[in-house]
Amino acid sequence: MDVFVQQLINGLTLGSIYGLIAIGYTMVFGIIGMVNFAHGDVFMLSAFVALIVFLVCTAWLGIGSIALALFIVMIVAMLVTALWGWTIERVAYRPLRGSFRLAPLISAIGMSIFLSNFVQVAQGARNKPIPPMVQDVIVLWTGPTGYTVALSYKQIIIMAVTAVLLTIFWYVVQKTSLGRAQRACEQDRKMAALLGIDVDRTISLTFVIGAALAAVAGTMYLLYYGVVSFADGFVPGVKAFTAAVLGGIGSLPGAVLGGLIIGLIETMWSAYFSIEYKDVAAFSILAIVLIFMPSGILGRPEVEKV
Amino acid sequence: MSDPTAPAREPLLTLRGVKTFYGNIIALKGVDLDVHQGEIVTLIGANGAGKSTLMMTIFGNPRAREGTITFAGRDITQMPTHEIARLNIAQSPEGRRIFGRMTVYENLQVGASLDGGVHFEEDLERVCTIFPRLKERLHQRGGTMSGGEQQMLAIARALMSRPRLLLLDEPSLGLAPLVVKQIFDVIRELNEKDGMTVFLVEQNAYHALKLAHRAYVMVTGTITMSGTGAELLADPQVKAAYLEGGRH
Repeated sequence: MDVFVQQLINGLTLGSIYGLIAIGYTMVFGIIGMVNFAHGDVFMLSAFVALIVFLVCTAWLGIGSIALALFIVMIVAMLVTALWGWTIERVAYRPLRGSFRLAPLISAIGMSIFLSNFVQVAQGARNKPIPPMVQDVIVLWTGPTGYTVALSYKQIIIMAVTAVLLTIFWYVVQKTSLGRAQRACEQDRKMAALLGIDVDRTISLTFVIGAALAAVAGTMYLLYYGVVSFADGFVPGVKAFTAAVLGGIGSLPGAVLGGLIIGLIETMWSAYFSIEYKDVAAFSILAIVLIFMPSGILGRPEVEKV
Repeated sequence: MSDPTAPAREPLLTLRGVKTFYGNIIALKGVDLDVHQGEIVTLIGANGAGKSTLMMTIFGNPRAREGTITFAGRDITQMPTHEIARLNIAQSPEGRRIFGRMTVYENLQVGASLDGGVHFEEDLERVCTIFPRLKERLHQRGGTMSGGEQQMLAIARALMSRPRLLLLDEPSLGLAPLVVKQIFDVIRELNEKDGMTVFLVEQNAYHALKLAHRAYVMVTGTITMSGTGAELLADPQVKAAYLEGGRH
């Protein structure tokens, strides 16, 4: 029971990060029907931006308050990464719109390779650590066997920031004209244009929002693990993509749900079975779910009544 | 194609020598057409004549490869689709294309997004008066409504932007005769009360010709005939081709 609760906390933390990345995959897929393979690397890049901004804040500017530093780091990382997201769409995907279906996919893989290599060349191939930021832990209870169930401040921050941002994001998508334009383009781009919606601009905005949420995930990742490397885009990226597919690609709540499920499977499997096979477990669950629910947990069927 | 019955003013919408292609296949073979302020103009023709292509060509999707399209004195031939819409042309397109996963209310909101929604409440009231059925269904998802209701929604959505020109593509398609009559009554009322300019594409030639001030007949991408609605209704050729079988 103690182990279970501890792993539940860990799993939800990890799942929050996956969920934030997964939204970027699912939104882009929803609007242009393309899997943005570069999204994991955008996430990795954002963690590097966060790292640099953090070092600038603490070492150069001498900001003593961790909370303030973290806030600045997150905002700057979101802005810079959003700009990357916008540029990537502009350079690598928009020129290929209207081309055959595989073209933007290949371009995305190329962009993924470019981003990880760019960071490797610019920042070096070694792991980049930061001094530990938030160390405190709340001990919830100590079990009879001496096992301590703890909730760290880091985990609280990660889950709280994720919840707040997802709420804001949900409000934007559901209640603002921007969100309605986004959903209209997702359902019928041709009709959206007939109603005066600038489809290209809406697609750009989708990439910007996806990248900004990935930057939140990147900042949280850096806060949680305290280390990042140029290769860190791949595995979390694939996991988040898996989360998006598991939840039902194109569905926003599905992306978050999928992220949490993948996070939980991973941590639970590590605790009760073997840590080496945690990824195998996560992907096996994906395969099994897709056999019985081909459109994911909250996804909608491919064919719609016309 | 000068028409003696047309008012003398500068037309609101003008098409001159418009040619549209799908790949190498020609769909419109040089269309000339005018719609004047305050008119109901209809375009009739058989399946595949190019009527819907013409509607979409006005919006630049597909784009006319030759010829010019002018709206309110501006050349819109090469303008992006959303900018054409922003000149206050609205379309209820072929197949209705309502946003099925949005509520009726949200569909109307998207329709009103052009003017930033400043008149939203007022316009919502107005379309709900025109189509009381929509008022009952405001918070239902568009995709769950019947064909007739979806058609009403498509027209209502187009009206939300307060268009200067309303394009209607086959509003009667697949609907029960009673609903068709209702929709045609609405079009007439919009025109008479609000002075709305309407360009109507129809297969239901009898109703369309009775409603329209002027009409054009299209056969495989070419305008073959034009005149007032009453003239075409009495024309033996039109009768033979489009009104036989007493489809009214």
